[in-house]
Amino acid sequence: MSLHNPHIDWQTFTDGLWKENPVFVMLLGMCPVLAVTNSAINALAMGLATTFVLLASGLLVSLLRHQIPKQVRIATYILIIATFVTIVDYLIQAISLELYNALGAFIQLIVVNCMILGRAEAYASKHRVAKSLLNALGMGLGFTFALLCLGVVREVLGAGSLFGVDLFGSQFEPWVVMVLPPGGFIVLGGWLLLFEWLRERRAAAQLEKEAARAR
Amino acid sequence: MTNKAQIEIRTSPHAHSGADVVQIMRTVALALLPLAGWGVWRYGLSAALLLLTTLLGCLLAERLFNRMRGQPSSLGDWSAVITGLLLGLSLPPGFPLWMGLVAAFAAIGLGKALFGGLGMNPLNPALVGRAFVQAAFPAAITTWTPALFDGRFTNPVPSTLAWPFLRPDDIGPWLHERAVDGFTGATPLALMKYEGQSIPLTDLLMGGGAGSIGEAALLILVCGLFLAFKRMLDWRIPVSIMASTALFAWLAQLFDPSAPGPLIMLCSGGLMLGAWFMATDMVGSPMTPLGVLIYGVLIGFVTEVIRLFGGLGEGVMYAILLGNAAAPLIDQWTQPRVFGAAKARTSASARKSA
Amino acid sequence: MSQAQPDSLQHQTPALRMLVTLGGVAMLSGFLIVLVYQLTKPIIEENQRLAIEQMVFKLVPAASIRRDIELAPGLSVYAAYDEQGRLKGVVARGAAQGYADLVHLLYNYAPDCDCIKGFDILKMAETPGLGDKILTDKAFLANFDYLDARLDGEGKQLANPIVTVKHGKKQEQWQIDAISGATVTSRAVGKAINDSAQRMLPLLQPRLDEIRQIQPGQKPSEQQP
Repeated sequence: MSLHNPHIDWQTFTDGLWKENPVFVMLLGMCPVLAVTNSAINALAMGLATTFVLLASGLLVSLLRHQIPKQVRIATYILIIATFVTIVDYLIQAISLELYNALGAFIQLIVVNCMILGRAEAYASKHRVAKSLLNALGMGLGFTFALLCLGVVREVLGAGSLFGVDLFGSQFEPWVVMVLPPGGFIVLGGWLLLFEWLRERRAAAQLEKEAARAR
Repeated sequence: MTNKAQIEIRTSPHAHSGADVVQIMRTVALALLPLAGWGVWRYGLSAALLLLTTLLGCLLAERLFNRMRGQPSSLGDWSAVITGLLLGLSLPPGFPLWMGLVAAFAAIGLGKALFGGLGMNPLNPALVGRAFVQAAFPAAITTWTPALFDGRFTNPVPSTLAWPFLRPDDIGPWLHERAVDGFTGATPLALMKYEGQSIPLTDLLMGGGAGSIGEAALLILVCGLFLAFKRMLDWRIPVSIMASTALFAWLAQLFDPSAPGPLIMLCSGGLMLGAWFMATDMVGSPMTPLGVLIYGVLIGFVTEVIRLFGGLGEGVMYAILLGNAAAPLIDQWTQPRVFGAAKARTSASARKSA
Repeated sequence: MSQAQPDSLQHQTPALRMLVTLGGVAMLSGFLIVLVYQLTKPIIEENQRLAIEQMVFKLVPAASIRRDIELAPGLSVYAAYDEQGRLKGVVARGAAQGYADLVHLLYNYAPDCDCIKGFDILKMAETPGLGDKILTDKAFLANFDYLDARLDGEGKQLANPIVTVKHGKKQEQWQIDAISGATVTSRAVGKAINDSAQRMLPLLQPRLDEIRQIQPGQKPSEQQP
């Protein structure tokens, strides 16, 4: 790779969204995925908070990548990540106390989301700032997208609303199980099933096309 | 060197009784029919509609998942019929039909198709469906209606016909209008547990007060015995479940005289239905004779613990699901000794005890 | 690429370099955190004040002024006054084990009638659709129109402990009629209020006259925005 690459690498951005989606493909960060997706707004807030931490820590790690000695790199990354998690914690408290209470301990627990340390170690510490940021943004938005997928289904079925807006009127019978922990597992399983099925179909179609071309 | 080729070496079974899966399933479904009939007689149109809904829902779900997996239709093996009937029998009579449909799809989808169809399901599909709606609609599934009310064959319980996704109307005014004497909407077990009232045993045997459609202890016993005599279910399972439930109930009563006694425990809360028709599911239960006993005792014990100490009044459903989950483990523990392999086993157990 | 000189890094990194790096990053972290903390602190405090105020004024609709009163170390209550500075209610916290987890609630003690008037849930994990009926069931909420909370002659405890009774069995003004189907949660509400009132009211009663006097610094006029 040349040092001065004027071309922005969109591949690293889109990979995080779909092909290497942290939730649906890598199955990372399952704890917040299952715990805070009982409503769409919680899922969105959690996803954006994680994206912010990913971006900020990716930026700093990438900037300092030549300065950080290999022996203390993990400690440094954790320190950087923890810093931004604390900052997000204060920011959410300032934005909305209600949201902060709904997300509970899971904001502080972003620090142990292996996806973030994984990005710092595997990508940001080895790439230039612009690329690292793009990668972090892709991963973060992919994570947010996945959380939203779960949150929307769980809120619509479990509370009859979307982003707090009532959809079905007061007579709606909520599927209580959907806002409880088992609902998280069931909905995650459903999405995994659906995406795997799509992926398989696409792979089969690809194979067929290649076979036809070979003929 | 003459006719060696004629000796055929095969794994067991060597002698086949002639009954295949389809035949067994058909007989079990047949044995459930009297229960369904009795339930319809007592609860009327609502029960009939609900049973029909779960039955058709299960068949539809089975066909749908067959198609999604690109398999030939497995409707002909009658297992979906059994699941549908059992599911319907385990629900309260006034359960909204659309929730019954959800339960049927959860039963076949989560309970069976997900694991690969009949023979692969670790848990009883009907119970998975019921557990799903118990978690999803806790209010509707604990709303009980009286049996044998007037006009039950022409007017369904109002909650039965609730619109899909909408909450059923409160049946309080409807109950009041019927003026059913002494009906509190609590099951016999709940009455005993929370109110300290007892229920006449005859009511329990025939399915008297509030309860699921198929909760008629005596009739279940008859139908179950029929199947046991036809060797279509392993009699050790219901017997060990009932014996252990009775034993633990008797022990509990020794410590606390106000706890429900063995007879009440046996005849209430779907224990009979669970013991004879759900725990005996051939796929989910252990295979070894000793394993079957352990399985039964485990279910009886868990049922008793949930009923005495749990937040719920009933506990058979979760007890059987737990037993199903433990069945493979029990099978592994209780493998019969291979002939001539005594030494290896004793040394293994000696090491364990050392 | 970054691995231009991996060998020199791997073989000999002086301890000082590590210390400087870690220390530098730590200082940067500290600076960032303090900066954000300072920036957000007033907003967060304002949010918290609003949240409490909202709950207190919801419980005591006539009130518009709130004062925090510490009755004992770790036991604070909110006194709520109306615009004329008259004490309308004292809001205190309580908690008791419900069906799933502790039920945390606020309740309003009205000194005028010597009774409990209304409660609100701070936090609970009760089964949606069953346990959370305690917030919507009209018959249950009617218990809290007037719930007797008089102290006994010595002022050491409640004359009649507040208890939750089975649905339809309420006979006295200090009893709470449970919701049938949500008995456990109803009981938790009664127990939370009783436990808290048994401790709080004996401490509050002797100071009631002093609390009725709104403090000089908090004239009603100044409270108007």
